Amino acid sequence: MPARPTRSVRDVVFVDGVRTPFGRARPDGLYAHTRADDLAVKTVRELLRRQPGLPPERIDEVAIAATTQSGDQGLTLGRTVGVLAGLPREVPGFAVDRMCAGAMTAVTTTASAIGVGAQDVVLAGGVEHMGHHPMGGDADPNPRFVAEKLVSADALNMGSTAENLHDRFPALTRERADAYGVRSQERYAAALAAGRITPDLVPIAVRDPERGWGLATADEPPRPGTTREAIATLPTPFRAGGRVTAATSAPLTDGATMCLLAAEETATELGLTPRMRLVSYAYAGVDPAVMGLGPVPSTERALERAGLTIDDIGLIEINEAFAVQVLSFLDAFGIDDEDPRVNPYGGAIAVGHPLASSGVRLMTQLARQFAEHPEVRYGITTMCVGLGQGGTVVWENPFAGSTTSEEQA
Amino acid sequence: MTGTTTTPAPAERVTHAYARDVALPGGGTLALVTLDNGFDHTKPTTLGPAGLTELREVLLAQQARAAAGEIRALAVTGKPYYLAAGADLRAVSGLVDPALARGIAELGHATYRLLGELGVPTFAFVNGAALGGGLELALACDYRTVAADVSALALPEAFLGLVPGWGGCYVLPRLVGIRAAVDMVLTRPLANNRMTTAPQALEVGLVDAVLHPADFLEQSVAWAARVLDGEEQVTRRELDGQDEWDAVVAAARQQLDRRLHGAKEAPYRALELLASARTADKDAAFAAEDDALTDLIMSDQLRAGLYAFDLTTRKARKPAGAPSAELARPVRSVGIVGAGLMAGQLAVLVARRLRVPVLMREVDEDRVAAGLANVRGQVEQLARKGRVSEGEANRILGSIRISTDLSTLAGADLVVEAVTEVLPLKQRVFGELEDVLEPGAVLATNTSALSVTQMGAHLRRPERVVGLHFFNPVAQMPLVEVVRTQASDDAAVATAFAVAKALGKTAVGVADRPGFVVNRLLLRMLAEVAAAVEGGTPVTVADRALRPLGLPMGPFALIQLVGLPVALHVLRSLHEDLGDRYPLSPGLERLAAEGRRVVPEPDGTGAEADVDPAIQEVFGEPGRDGSLDEQGVLDAVLAGLAQEIGLMLEEGVVEGPEQIDLCMVLGAGWPLHLGGICPYLDRTGWSERVLGRRLLEPGVADVPAPRTADAPV
Repeated sequence: MPARPTRSVRDVVFVDGVRTPFGRARPDGLYAHTRADDLAVKTVRELLRRQPGLPPERIDEVAIAATTQSGDQGLTLGRTVGVLAGLPREVPGFAVDRMCAGAMTAVTTTASAIGVGAQDVVLAGGVEHMGHHPMGGDADPNPRFVAEKLVSADALNMGSTAENLHDRFPALTRERADAYGVRSQERYAAALAAGRITPDLVPIAVRDPERGWGLATADEPPRPGTTREAIATLPTPFRAGGRVTAATSAPLTDGATMCLLAAEETATELGLTPRMRLVSYAYAGVDPAVMGLGPVPSTERALERAGLTIDDIGLIEINEAFAVQVLSFLDAFGIDDEDPRVNPYGGAIAVGHPLASSGVRLMTQLARQFAEHPEVRYGITTMCVGLGQGGTVVWENPFAGSTTSEEQA
Repeated sequence: MTGTTTTPAPAERVTHAYARDVALPGGGTLALVTLDNGFDHTKPTTLGPAGLTELREVLLAQQARAAAGEIRALAVTGKPYYLAAGADLRAVSGLVDPALARGIAELGHATYRLLGELGVPTFAFVNGAALGGGLELALACDYRTVAADVSALALPEAFLGLVPGWGGCYVLPRLVGIRAAVDMVLTRPLANNRMTTAPQALEVGLVDAVLHPADFLEQSVAWAARVLDGEEQVTRRELDGQDEWDAVVAAARQQLDRRLHGAKEAPYRALELLASARTADKDAAFAAEDDALTDLIMSDQLRAGLYAFDLTTRKARKPAGAPSAELARPVRSVGIVGAGLMAGQLAVLVARRLRVPVLMREVDEDRVAAGLANVRGQVEQLARKGRVSEGEANRILGSIRISTDLSTLAGADLVVEAVTEVLPLKQRVFGELEDVLEPGAVLATNTSALSVTQMGAHLRRPERVVGLHFFNPVAQMPLVEVVRTQASDDAAVATAFAVAKALGKTAVGVADRPGFVVNRLLLRMLAEVAAAVEGGTPVTVADRALRPLGLPMGPFALIQLVGLPVALHVLRSLHEDLGDRYPLSPGLERLAAEGRRVVPEPDGTGAEADVDPAIQEVFGEPGRDGSLDEQGVLDAVLAGLAQEIGLMLEEGVVEGPEQIDLCMVLGAGWPLHLGGICPYLDRTGWSERVLGRRLLEPGVADVPAPRTADAPV
């Protein structure tokens, strides 16, 4: 009998990530007439173009997340997108769902497969066309949720869960949230002007039957020049007399993201340059009524597994579903609202949050920041998830300690 | 007749030109123009006067922006699946004023030439089909990209009766060389309108880059940017030498002569334009294109071509004489009686297209084995040519069974008999079938000349008998004549139409009259030729006599293709049923009895088969009294066809002359420039002389206005 192969855990690296420009999920939005799966297809093709050293047949898996898996996001996205993108037929694929943490879960799941030696190279990402698939549009929640008080009635409304956070932590005021929202717009605008956003974007041809073809090359949701004065009187749509406004929430967004992960030894073999090394990851559940708190326990757990503390973390990419939810995370870890380590390029409040796509946007941006900051050794990407979950991935900067990492970006 | 009746020109389905600015990766702006008629892919984008005018205005505006330094480049692309499918030909089919025809030609040039005079580089992003004027639009640009999946690049003008006259005849040979240009402008259109694929286009230099369809437009923009930045070098072939140019043109002219004998004007006009493209300057070349387009738009040949093209495409989708499709019975398995050559072809076609079990019956084990070998050979050939996958080949083979036991056909919903053309035999087969089949099953015969009515006359349920007349080779020939008897019920006829459609065929409903449409007219033509030869006309004269029609082959080549014994069998049958209009030919009978060919063995060069002069001996010394010259034979044939068509319409064989033309185009390959045959008989006056009336109203398939002396030239 042949000997059973010996097992050893392998290091997993993030090689590259791209995304589509994000569009507003509206009838006149950037992608109103563009299919969700086509968005994902174009990210796959762009990654392959950027990594000419990677033979497509070496891809072992395509994992693509979407919260709503029907229509143009149905039919097992990982497989359909692989076929549509022209990957070899032999490359398999699957679809992932953990709501907002879909792409993050696509990454951690395939990374685990790489770690145990089941795969060498994978594509992982997400897509959400919230214009085609309104949040919860086709959901049919089990009546037991409410009847047995498994979750509170407003736990399925994300805006209400944000209001609940304000209730729970009186220190989280509308003023702090408004200031945070404005800062997100400012930081995004600065990063854009500094050329830190566009290099990760895949131009997308967009057709409007009444205007012809155009090319999407920039994000549509950001509102540059937003001031605290301008947003101070915005209505609070989730609760009369509430605190959460459009300026402190991520807008409804269409977009797709994709990244390339590999076993570190395979990256070396193929000459692929690692931009991040995965250290640990964790998911955790919280009360669905305050789902925004999810990143707190997931980060604690991920740090614990990595043997690190928050003080070891030099950069934080946290998804901004709502300003209040980010603030609750910062308070929990004793981090200042304006800490430059947190979302240096701004966040989802500015750029948008196409649910299952966002996890990989965080990673792609963290990778760029690692290259800019060789003095940083560790960073995290983290996000909250509807129905009360959080997810966190701890990454190591391969450029840490080097002096000339900028050109790697 | 008033002589001025015209159908009003249908409103133009206007193709809009939308311009949007696109940021180029290297900086600067590309103006991206999209052609879109606002409909989905079922209504292809075409260019009529209003659409061209709009495009011209858009291009003029961009020209001004280019001069102002606002744009670095301009590109043209289309709605999904189409760049553009060519000129809106509906606009020309009713034109009576040559000045308007010239206006269309000139408007095309005035619009397209802007793409070469914009002041900045221009690109065509060929995202889908680019046909005729659509491809010329791309040719007018400085650079071209094409999506790798595009398979419909073509200049089909010569096929319809036009020339690529919006710059195509001038630009194309200078871009791809005279040889490839002749191939695209003449050879392919005349070979059943064969198209060019993206990879082929790259090979000949018709396009500069082939890009993956998944992100074609994005990568086209990126490619354009690289060209603008000098990162991408586009190399173009040098102009062919004058000697080569002339030699290719001369060879093309010979090909045309062999094929058409001057019968069709358009290809010759196109060749003239190609010939002069090497040395002509652009203005002179475009003016010559305008002249050619004007003449051809105002020609009866083009109008007949448009009429026939419409018959075979748009109108063929709703077959005349078909009962409501809802009456058709579901066909879940098909029986075929006989497993001879044609039966085997039919079995493979049914298994392939209908995807149902096919049960065949033969009389003994030897013929079962031969039938199976025939089927297997066909399927293996399909697989070898890549037409079907290995799995599909296995499925087809697995779904065809041949047995000697007629009762194996018991479950069939439709049975087609394809046994020897002997009426009592066919009657016996139907009688036996009636005893084993379900009461609702449809009985069809593939007879080419026998009476379908008589075949079913003795049955308990003659209402389920129809004719399904396929043509040889079954897989290739697009026509099926669906024969309805007095007794046939709507369900049986509707089932026959539905099956024909599912098999990918165009069905025409015909009454149960001898020879139906195609054989009745082909045999009338051959009978006139045979009669002339029997009467002392030299066989070589008779063979050449029909050349002015531009038929796919001469009469003797046709006889050879069908097989002399088969042709004579049909002739005798028609002689018996229709009388002396179909005279017997002792000479041909003798040739058949001796097993001789009427044309020589093919020499392998593809040259057209002319009659073998040696067969003259069976018809006696030529040149006797009653001997005809070529014109005399042609007159006899045309008079005969006019007479026969008049009788067929009186007998109600088909609903009208359009169905006769549809049958002759699809079933006999008669050319578009004749419009089938009725438009030609009208415009040459034969229908008036023989029948005292036209077959089609003026303007339906010709230029409607009487061309009087004071009409503009």
